[in-house]
Amino acid sequence: MIWSELTRPLRTHPVKPSLSGIARRRSLWERIHLDPWLLGMLLLLMLAGLVVLYSASGQRLSVVTAQALRFGVALVVMAGLAQLSPTTLLRWTPPVYVAGLLMLVAVELFGDMGMGAQRWLEIPGVIRFQPSELMKLAMPMMVAAWLSRQPLPPRWRDLLVCAVIIGLPVVLIAKQPDLGTSLLVTAAGVFVILLAGLSWRFILFCGVLAAAALPLLWVNLHNYQRQRVLTFLDPESDPLGAGWNIIQSTTAIGSGGFWGKGWLQGTQSQLEFLPERHTDFIVAVLGEEFGLVGMLAFLLLYLLIVGRGLWLAGAAQETFGRLVAGSIILTFFIYVFVNVGMVSGILPVVGVPLPLVSYGGTSSVTLLAGFGILMAIHAHRRLLPR
Amino acid sequence: MRRRRQPLKNPEQELHAFRMRSLLAVLVVVCLTGLLGGRLFYLQVVQHEVYSTRSEKNRVRVEPLPPTRGLIYDRHGVLLAENRPTYNLTLVRERVADLDATLTLLVDLLEIPEEEIEAFRVRSRQRQRPFQPALLMSDLDEDQIARLAVNRHRLPGVEVEAQLLRYYPDAETMVHALGYVGRINAEELAGLDAGNYAGTHFIGKTGVERFYEDELHGQAGLRKVETNARGRVLRELGHTDPVPGKDLTLTLDSELQRLAVELLDGRRGSIVAIAPESGEILALASVPGFDSNQFVTGIDVASYRGLQEDLDLPLYNRAIRGHYPPGSTIKPFLALAGLAEGKITPNSTIRDPGYFQLPNDSRRYRNWLRWGHGRVDLERAIAVSNNTYFYTLAHDLGIDRIHENMSAFGFGQRVAHDVQGESDALMPSRDWKRGRFNQPWYPGETLSVGIGQGYWQLTPLQLATATAVLANRGEWVKPRLAQRIGQEEVPVELPDTPPDIMLENEGWWDRIFSGMEKVISGHEGTARRIGKDLEYRMAGKSGTAQVFSLGKDQKYNADEIQERLRDHALFTAFAPVEAPQIAVAVIVENAGGGSTHAAHLAKAMTDAWLLEDEAPDTEEVREVLEREDGRVTGN
Repeated sequence: MIWSELTRPLRTHPVKPSLSGIARRRSLWERIHLDPWLLGMLLLLMLAGLVVLYSASGQRLSVVTAQALRFGVALVVMAGLAQLSPTTLLRWTPPVYVAGLLMLVAVELFGDMGMGAQRWLEIPGVIRFQPSELMKLAMPMMVAAWLSRQPLPPRWRDLLVCAVIIGLPVVLIAKQPDLGTSLLVTAAGVFVILLAGLSWRFILFCGVLAAAALPLLWVNLHNYQRQRVLTFLDPESDPLGAGWNIIQSTTAIGSGGFWGKGWLQGTQSQLEFLPERHTDFIVAVLGEEFGLVGMLAFLLLYLLIVGRGLWLAGAAQETFGRLVAGSIILTFFIYVFVNVGMVSGILPVVGVPLPLVSYGGTSSVTLLAGFGILMAIHAHRRLLPR
Repeated sequence: MRRRRQPLKNPEQELHAFRMRSLLAVLVVVCLTGLLGGRLFYLQVVQHEVYSTRSEKNRVRVEPLPPTRGLIYDRHGVLLAENRPTYNLTLVRERVADLDATLTLLVDLLEIPEEEIEAFRVRSRQRQRPFQPALLMSDLDEDQIARLAVNRHRLPGVEVEAQLLRYYPDAETMVHALGYVGRINAEELAGLDAGNYAGTHFIGKTGVERFYEDELHGQAGLRKVETNARGRVLRELGHTDPVPGKDLTLTLDSELQRLAVELLDGRRGSIVAIAPESGEILALASVPGFDSNQFVTGIDVASYRGLQEDLDLPLYNRAIRGHYPPGSTIKPFLALAGLAEGKITPNSTIRDPGYFQLPNDSRRYRNWLRWGHGRVDLERAIAVSNNTYFYTLAHDLGIDRIHENMSAFGFGQRVAHDVQGESDALMPSRDWKRGRFNQPWYPGETLSVGIGQGYWQLTPLQLATATAVLANRGEWVKPRLAQRIGQEEVPVELPDTPPDIMLENEGWWDRIFSGMEKVISGHEGTARRIGKDLEYRMAGKSGTAQVFSLGKDQKYNADEIQERLRDHALFTAFAPVEAPQIAVAVIVENAGGGSTHAAHLAKAMTDAWLLEDEAPDTEEVREVLEREDGRVTGN
């Protein structure tokens, strides 16, 4: 049933053709389907991230070059995706989503163990792959694909379908267990629904329901996840164990002060008191060495990227593209908020990297792929006939 | 198939809804970013000081540099307490790949007992700073160190650490004079300067080691280092050298001390020798002793219980804490009190029928010689240790005057300058009895005190000190164990020295000395056996202290009484009489054979001190004692 609904032609009101841009000559940027503002800010962010990474990695150039190489690959992926038209994206969404689901099931059945959790799917010697990363994009697109076919705001029936689309991968990812990713994936799906104009009454209802479900969630958490929450509430309860990370990271940030201790001068990071300082906790290095000034500069840059992203989303013509673009950019913000929040001690420790700054290939590729899709949606506005 | 009605989509409205929601999203995003910014402002500006300090504390570690404990020498520079390097086996868990395999290998190599391994496992389960070496085994011998060195490549993370440990070369002989050090316990820790003792594991527990703890310990230094999170020292930031403890030179003569212990020959007892002019304690022996080195390395429970439950009480320092009835040894002091108080003159006499009776009392207080000594004057009373003379004198003096005069000699008080754990013992008085028993003082009790029995108790150190004051003709010098602390001499005059004892007639001292000389050299002296080939003039007084009180008119037979219930033998002496160089007090518990036993030991001590070329032969003394034991010559 879902399938037939997705493939049947749209019935829409005729859209008034936009007069702007028709006569304009397409610029170079428009021809390569990239948004110069967004690209510029992303490149600036990545460059600054590499500078911080050099310090956070213990001044190992090899780490920085490896990261730069990944950025290169990710940029290529981004540029490639930017060339696809929204129609193509829409057509490919259902099969990619289904494939992603199947791969998640495969991970569950014979996935690789890494850090105590099953996250990787591997064809030995060929590729190592995290299907949950694919889901970060495929799932919101699937939700958007469904909702864009329905009259909006979404009705109960649509929400039920969306709940299934979101729920299946989230449960599979949460089982790996990967709390961070499952939260991000959920957020991506929920953002689509919210942006689609979900009624306030319903949002309120869900909020109450979620609050009621909290104890249930607590019971179903893994021990180490529960420990993280407890540690978040009182890090001093286990200063050498679970609380160590958060005590050391707040110490690093706090000791940075207003101007910071200077690049490569952070004692917390250079003397290895900070755990995971070049991956999830890289913000602490930033805070220690560049101080409040550096932190605010980074936050401002993130804010501008999010702003530009939302602007592009709002400019999209198709509901599908709009919803996907909006969800991608808001999810990007969630990365930032959760990561900085956890490292600075206002959120429990969840494995979420600081986008485009933390060391790690997979998340960079996913993130830039998302931006690629965002740009594709913006760049391929149909030039409707007069 | 019926087609369901499909509501029309309205792109304009959808776009509008999206834009409203986006606007809202921007608002939320800005708010959340503001929240982050606020948190960062709080951490980095408001709480900056707190975290700055915390980060410094992370980075900078202060390592204490413990000072080296001062050495202890005897008066001739013989080392009595030294610091010996010992080697401990330590293990850094973070550097050991396979703990079980490493432990198994160590057990094979060093034959470590299973209990120690088990204890180590228990200890290592407790959380500790990473990269801190944990103690696995202490006091490795050379063979074990060699085996470890050969297998070093198989044992990453296993280290041999050097540590200085106190060592007493002649522990059993010296322990009661020196005391010993042991591990600092929680109670002691509470009273210590934590900074100064941060790197110190041992503290003086008893004796000189405890009394001069501050001087011997020295001042700890410290080293500020920058470490990384794994505890590895990266560089030194600052350094203060420790000030080593001061070396201590004692007044003890280790030869004389050893002689004293050998003379006691395993019998429970004590010998204290003092140089009267300087107050220097030359020997402070209490037998049996024990090996104090066990307490340094940590004594095992079984051995400790063995020491505690030993009937001979080896842990008990008899020289300074043993309470003994003085017996007749205090008769010269009482005679002096009689002269000072005008109750007797050197030439006044009494007639001794063999007993003394209080007025209106039928009870007879007996002389030790049943038929009496006949007419007795001062010198003869001391020489033959006549009881009747001293019953009479004690009765005339009364307990108040006895207490006052005897206290002037230091009886019933702590007399020494630097002897840790010294006991007051007991000089009875009217007040004391009322406080203790809530009873009045009875005249009969004064008579007991007059012959050194009853409530009166003294320590060997008190007896030696009083004898030294007597030898000095009343001039007080506080007995002391330390001669030099570092480079600083301990002065002869010390604070709180009791006032000197003045007599109206200086000649009275000589009459007392003469009586005491006759104890040894006189034809009826109680210790005449030791006076045979005396090469110098020696004054002394014998005494027996009853452990087991006899009923009226009962005569005791040493063989019938268990060894531990036999009388203690006491002797106190000084020599040479004209210029005293040594005062010595001897107490042999349950010697049985009378005071002569103790007298022989006292003479061996004075011989050793005064006759330089002639080393005293303890074998000879032992033979004499064996021959004479059991023969009673006096009391």
